[in-house]
Amino acid sequence: MTVVLIAIAALVGLSLIFGAVLGFAAIRFKVEGNPVIDQIDALLPQTQCGQCSYPGCRPYAEAIAEGEEKINKCPPGGEATIQAIADLLGVEPEPLDAEHGEEKASKMVAVIREDECIGCTKCIQACPVDAILGAAKQMHTVIADECTGCDLCLDPCPVDCIDMVPVATTLQTWHWDLPQNNPSIIATDRGQAA
Amino acid sequence: MSLMHTQIFDFKGGVHPAENKQQSTELPIACAPMPSKLVLPIAQHIGAPAEPTVTLGQQVLKGQVIAEAQGFVSANLHAPTSGTVSAIELRAIPHQSGMSDWCIEITPDGQDQWIEHAGIVDFLDVEPSVLLERIQQSGISGLGGAGFPSHVKLAADPAKIDTLIINAAECEPYITADDVLMRERAAEIIQGIEILLRIVNPKQCLIGIEDNKPEAIEALTKAIQVSRDDTHLIKLAVVPTKYPSGGEKQLINLLTGQEVPVGGIPADIGIVCQNVGTAYAIYHAVAKGEPLISRITTVTGAACAQPRNYEVLLGTPVSELLPLAGVDHNQMNRLIMGGPMMGFTLNNEEVPVVKTTNCLIAASRNELPDPAAEQACIRCGMCVEACPAQLLPQQLYWYAKSDNLEQLETHNLMDCIECGACAFVCPSNIPLVQYYRYGKGELNQARADKQKSDRAKERFEARLARQEREAAEKEAKRKARAEAAAKKQAEKKAAPATATGTSADAAQANAAQPDMALLQKKLDAAKLAIEKSKEKLAAAEAEGSDKVEAFKLAVEKSTQKMKDAAKAIAEAKKAAKAAPAANGASDKGDPNSPERLKNKLELAEARLKAAQDRLAEAEQQGSDKVDALKTAVEKQQERVSEAKAAYEQASSSASNSASTPASRVEPEPVSDLAAFEQKVLAAQTRVDKAQERLAMAQEQNLDTVAALQTGLEKQLAKLAEAKAALEQAQAGAQEVKS
Repeated sequence: MTVVLIAIAALVGLSLIFGAVLGFAAIRFKVEGNPVIDQIDALLPQTQCGQCSYPGCRPYAEAIAEGEEKINKCPPGGEATIQAIADLLGVEPEPLDAEHGEEKASKMVAVIREDECIGCTKCIQACPVDAILGAAKQMHTVIADECTGCDLCLDPCPVDCIDMVPVATTLQTWHWDLPQNNPSIIATDRGQAA
Repeated sequence: MSLMHTQIFDFKGGVHPAENKQQSTELPIACAPMPSKLVLPIAQHIGAPAEPTVTLGQQVLKGQVIAEAQGFVSANLHAPTSGTVSAIELRAIPHQSGMSDWCIEITPDGQDQWIEHAGIVDFLDVEPSVLLERIQQSGISGLGGAGFPSHVKLAADPAKIDTLIINAAECEPYITADDVLMRERAAEIIQGIEILLRIVNPKQCLIGIEDNKPEAIEALTKAIQVSRDDTHLIKLAVVPTKYPSGGEKQLINLLTGQEVPVGGIPADIGIVCQNVGTAYAIYHAVAKGEPLISRITTVTGAACAQPRNYEVLLGTPVSELLPLAGVDHNQMNRLIMGGPMMGFTLNNEEVPVVKTTNCLIAASRNELPDPAAEQACIRCGMCVEACPAQLLPQQLYWYAKSDNLEQLETHNLMDCIECGACAFVCPSNIPLVQYYRYGKGELNQARADKQKSDRAKERFEARLARQEREAAEKEAKRKARAEAAAKKQAEKKAAPATATGTSADAAQANAAQPDMALLQKKLDAAKLAIEKSKEKLAAAEAEGSDKVEAFKLAVEKSTQKMKDAAKAIAEAKKAAKAAPAANGASDKGDPNSPERLKNKLELAEARLKAAQDRLAEAEQQGSDKVDALKTAVEKQQERVSEAKAAYEQASSSASNSASTPASRVEPEPVSDLAAFEQKVLAAQTRVDKAQERLAMAQEQNLDTVAALQTGLEKQLAKLAEAKAALEQAQAGAQEVKS
């Protein structure tokens, strides 16, 4: 009988100790906010374009983290972003939802045709990253380095003087392409390949 | 004391390609003749491109600055000869991409006239900062191949530097530019090294040189012996020939046994490394005041009749340099700038020689055959053995092929020096380096994208914060305004209650005023509309348009509108006149006052007279208007008599009214009573509405309940006030009646 009591006492003692440790850890190492949101947000392209129907990248990340939104609604990020989020969350990657737009082949930047600009400031108000410079009745211009190519300035422009142009490759941004001749032959096929 | 540094380490990996150096060392350095034009790219160094300081058509002298460094990591550019700036435009530059960049073209005038310049004679006695300044001004960037601005490396804290390494290894096949330079100009190189010693102040200085250059070793030994270096810091370190012993990190490893940390620079382990050609350029810049305007370039290859080293002015087009060595274009299969391992193919011979151009190889097909077809990786591991950076080339190859950037980074792709040893040994002819270059490019771009997206996020968040702040400010302002208005209201209430009675009347009178303005506006608008429609109608009639009917209708409508408006105005005027008459507050606005009537009478009399005059005139002239004028005179006479009667009546009643003012005061309380009743009614409806709203809010548990309650209380107070005022007024009226 005493053996059983000792065993019970030991177990109760142990559970109390572990409970205390766990309880302390829960308070001491409490995680502020939801770290998954930050991780998803870091994977999104931060164009703040709203093509996913959320007002910015973070709200979309929050919706994904809560499990109520699909991960394939970000055209600027494209397949790479979908893959990255799928890897992070351990879900199956899905093809990009065409309803929200298509992935563009190259990065775009907004350019204002400055002689046509009437200085209405509408595009300035629309720009999510404050990348357009100008004042009322003064010509506006886009700070190309800060432009995310989100398209949001196109619609408000009353004179349609904003163009989206592909970002030009400069000597600084140029880099080698993947080697093109990729035949998967082995040495004995050499004669056939030549 | 030995001049030789004996303890040589070894680095892992490396290969032994055919050297092919002897062809170009048979002849001494030749001075290339003045080309017909010089094309100088503004970015010949690593860092920010220089900014042109010359204008089109400007005369420049040899050694004049034509483009200024932008920031610290940048280098000046000087005119290699005197002449005219004939173009500043985009030109093909020697770059792997084959892209164009901004270039300054100078057409030589043949004078080769130097700008005023002077060397520092006692260069070993002046302050190191003066020497550094001179090097920076002279536009010297690494001549070994990378082109890193020399002053940046030399600006490292001397206290932390204990070893200066002069890179004279020149390990890549074919290239002999440094070799012949050391053979012929060893003394100047050693003096350049002395200048470097003065700046860096290290504990030792090692010249790393491969053992395949015995003539250069001998020349350097002699030069060191006769040099003024009495501290014997400078030592020759002869290393065995192995590619790529001339790589900065490999040479450091060979001479000191130390390794530069991942992502670090040699200065992190107390080492500064400079190319031997750079030391030569530094000597010329400091001791002679000549900026970097020329360099030694090897022109070699099987397609050359006479491979040789040339002292070439920077900016000399390759197309003008090749004929000097007798390059046969029929034999030439590929033209390579740089060495066969790390160089790149030039597709355009118009590109110029730049600061980093150490070699041009005009190779025949036999010499450098087109790359063989790439075959599958057989995992033989030879690339791993060859890699001097101790990376895993196979893994990097797979990851680069599958765009696995994360793995590329963890496998330290960025530490790859792109020496090409792995591709050299690959039995499957896989162009491994190209995969790594692609991978590096992708990694760099991913990093840049990440940086940009972080910045975009920051800016987006800053914008949201700003918008929130602005909204809060607006709200605060609105509240302040509302409070001020409430205060004013309270002050008004505090005014004596008797004032309210008269103010109500004033308000009524005032209310008529804006109404009048409104009506007048309507009338004007109607008039305008009529005019317009009439015009249109006329035009339509003239054209015989079928819209005539419609326009006529429109004119009628507009006329009707105008009539209505005029009527309304007349009524409003009457009302306005009646109101002050009822008040009897003043006689000024009263049209029936004796003064006014008198005026009217006088006016009518004057008009009658004028009409009579006109009638007389017409009669005299026998005009056919006589009848009309007669009727007009009669009318005027009628008016005059009317006016007279009115005047008389008024003047008699005026005396009466003065004696009985009470009869005039009487209507006032009556109108007051009506006003008070209206007020009470309005207050009652407001209270009802407020109660309804409160009930609704309470039902839905809205958070506005409290606000609505206070609103209701206020309304109730107002109602009570209005009721009290009404009762008071009623009492007052009864008093008056009684």
